[in-house]
Amino acid sequence: MLYLFFASDESENVKKMKSCSADRRLSVISHHLLLPINDDEAAIIISPSPTSSSSSDPLFANTPRAPEDPILGVTVAYNKDPTPVKLNLGVGAYRTEEGKPLVLNVVRKAEQLLVNDRSRVKEYLPIVGLADFTKLSAKLILGADSPAILGNLVTTVQCLSGTGSLRVGAEFLARHYYQRTIYIPNPTWGNHTKIFTLAGLTVKTYRYYDPVTRGLNIKGLLEDLGSAPSGAIVLLHACAHNPTGVDPTLEQWEQIRRLIRSKTMLPFFDSAYQGFASGSLDEDARSVRLFVADGGECFIAQSYAKNMGLYGERVGSLSIVCRTADVASRVESQLKLVIRPMYSNPPIHGASIVSTILKDRNLYQEWTLELKAMADRIITMRKQLFDALRARETPGDWSHIIKQIGMFTFTGLNTKQVAFMTREYHIYMTSDGRISMAGLSSRTVPHLADAIHAAVTSVV
Amino acid sequence: MSDHQTSVFSQIARAPEDPILGVTVAYNKDSHPSKLNLGVGAYRTEEGKPLVLNVVRQAEQKLVNDPSRVKEYLPIVGLADFNKCSAKLIFGADSPAIHENRVATVQCLSGTGSLRVGGEFLAKHYYERTIYIPSPTWGNHPKVFTLAGLSVKTYRYYDPATRGLDFQGLVEDLGNAPQGAIVLLHACAHNPTGVDPTVDQWEQIRKLMRSKGLLPFFDSAYQGFASGSLDTDAQSVRMFVADGGECFAAQSYAKNMGLYAERVGALSIVCKTADVASRVESQLKLVIRPMYSNPPLHGASIVATILKDSNLYNEWTVELKAMADRIISMRKQLLEALQARGTPGDWTHIIKQIGMFTFTGLNADQVAFMTKEYHIYMTSDGRISMAGLSSKTVPHLADAMHAAVTSMP
Repeated sequence: MLYLFFASDESENVKKMKSCSADRRLSVISHHLLLPINDDEAAIIISPSPTSSSSSDPLFANTPRAPEDPILGVTVAYNKDPTPVKLNLGVGAYRTEEGKPLVLNVVRKAEQLLVNDRSRVKEYLPIVGLADFTKLSAKLILGADSPAILGNLVTTVQCLSGTGSLRVGAEFLARHYYQRTIYIPNPTWGNHTKIFTLAGLTVKTYRYYDPVTRGLNIKGLLEDLGSAPSGAIVLLHACAHNPTGVDPTLEQWEQIRRLIRSKTMLPFFDSAYQGFASGSLDEDARSVRLFVADGGECFIAQSYAKNMGLYGERVGSLSIVCRTADVASRVESQLKLVIRPMYSNPPIHGASIVSTILKDRNLYQEWTLELKAMADRIITMRKQLFDALRARETPGDWSHIIKQIGMFTFTGLNTKQVAFMTREYHIYMTSDGRISMAGLSSRTVPHLADAIHAAVTSVV
Repeated sequence: MSDHQTSVFSQIARAPEDPILGVTVAYNKDSHPSKLNLGVGAYRTEEGKPLVLNVVRQAEQKLVNDPSRVKEYLPIVGLADFNKCSAKLIFGADSPAIHENRVATVQCLSGTGSLRVGGEFLAKHYYERTIYIPSPTWGNHPKVFTLAGLSVKTYRYYDPATRGLDFQGLVEDLGNAPQGAIVLLHACAHNPTGVDPTVDQWEQIRKLMRSKGLLPFFDSAYQGFASGSLDTDAQSVRMFVADGGECFAAQSYAKNMGLYAERVGALSIVCKTADVASRVESQLKLVIRPMYSNPPLHGASIVATILKDSNLYNEWTVELKAMADRIISMRKQLLEALQARGTPGDWTHIIKQIGMFTFTGLNADQVAFMTKEYHIYMTSDGRISMAGLSSKTVPHLADAMHAAVTSMP
């Protein structure tokens, strides 16, 4: 049977049709088959459809090629480099002294326990995730004795690592909060802006990093948050600010807290490095706990990618601390409406590993030791790099290398110098001059120091 | 300080429980000994227990006992082996579209995640922002597409009078859709009705869609689970790909590999040229990165391990067929039980419908009656999961249906 259709936009289809030789052939055939056809009714055609094999333009023909992700693209470029002596200081993934990825002992143990337990099944988790995991996650960041937890003021949902937690929290805010602007520090992790924008929020920035001192621009920060509208959302890096490694002191956190509370702004913490920054889980949670202790509300996104080395398993959680248990319960019911149409319910494996470790006193202790060892190795790399640059008498003040906190050093190198280091020394980093200290070893520090020295002395 | 302030969310409404997942919530709260959960589409054994496939346990052991394995971030598009194997599974290893590199496949979070990523991509890059979904369809479909940024319309699908396909209505409604509109198609084992087009009807649907440039978006959640054959259950999809045209396909491994909670799935976009496919893939990354950065490693590794190993693969097909066969056997038993009771009405649709679910045709009142009096839990549209039945429990269900139909017609 032949279907005859009048195209809704005849002239355009006709033009398209006549531009494609296959369709010209078709229209000739149809002309013969369906005599008489008036040329004015040229819309009577078999199939000028874009999706048949005889159509004109392919769908998405004009879709541009998207640029490579600026952070993940560094590893892509690194992998393409055939030079034997190359160094990847791009992505924030921990490496051992031997330059290898690390799976923690406690993680391997937990996995063995899980996989050898024949009573375990793979049924769907609840939309909000694994109950044990979410309870333990909240305790980890807030402290087991937190009044907010004891008062049932906290709703915690399992999400896909830090990114997923930020996205779910932001979509919730875009839907339910009256203020749709989020203030993010300048600079910040490259993916933050995209996450919040796609979630439906408007993104503005507040001053954060001072390139002159290579430290915190506390004055600019307080001014900018002071000028922000009442109730605006404020993104805060809980510790180990990414990319700068510059954190407020405790006194500065207190100033920030007072200002935010006085303007009833809503703090949204991104906690991706708890335990990884100082080596102490409690220490690295202090900023968050300061805010929660005043009884006010806040959002917290937690990631286990770095501190448990669970990168690829995508484990994280979003906690919302509310004023009352009833609000927390209603908020949780609404979070489900964000999650269900996104991926229905979260993946079981990684959260089960975390839960196994956090629940078992021995595994937990072992974890804290392995975590401290990673943090200490990074601190050692900082010291070694700093000493190496001093030994070479590289011009400039490099003490920020040992002052900055966490996985990254914001070197202060400009894009030209970065490009030079990649070209001449095969050292890969993000173009903002951020290097991952976790990617260094005692063996490779000299190579990096040589490269920085050369860049600083020959490229301005 | 902040003691007497009210919550910024004090006015927030309590959201209702998810209608499908809420059935299990209600079931769990019931303490009656002979309660029966026929709600969620999760497979149960004859003993009423969840099932982890043998091949899955074997694959997991291999993975976890391999000390060289690490947990580094996957690429944004997911595990490469998994993506390749997934595309071959649905399109066929000999598919020209694959050989010509015209398929962009990205690992996503099961079916839901694949649909959402595909929907967001279309909302951003496609000129037609309306998607037509069958009436009825899986309860989560409209929400997934709406939040992705598309407008949702429906096309007629189920005919309650025949308990079969309203083919004429379907053809009319798709015929009236605007050129280029997106059309959601259940690849096999339509959820919730179990009513699938015949091969001839699929061909007519295909011709109609291609003539109007409608963009097919397949939801394939039951490949291998419906008929017991992976190839048979992929026929509808392959028919569309064979004509050289474009389409989207969302695959889930939740049911056919029993990997529900691991959230394993894939979105494939079949394009006209390799260059377009490559550019499409680069744009898919911009959808995924701000959603969850990159997908979870474990489940996809299990799938890849099984699909790549011919022994494990064969074992899988045998376990898959056993699950499909048990469900078909439950259908037969339920029909016979109703016939034995002389339950009024024509119940042959129970054995005609395909896949995990039976759309019983019971109305909301009858459903509520069955829950209250017989502690049988199902979604209010009368959909029951055959996977939740066993030879032991069929009589109880048959009694309940008989009572419902005779006491509240």
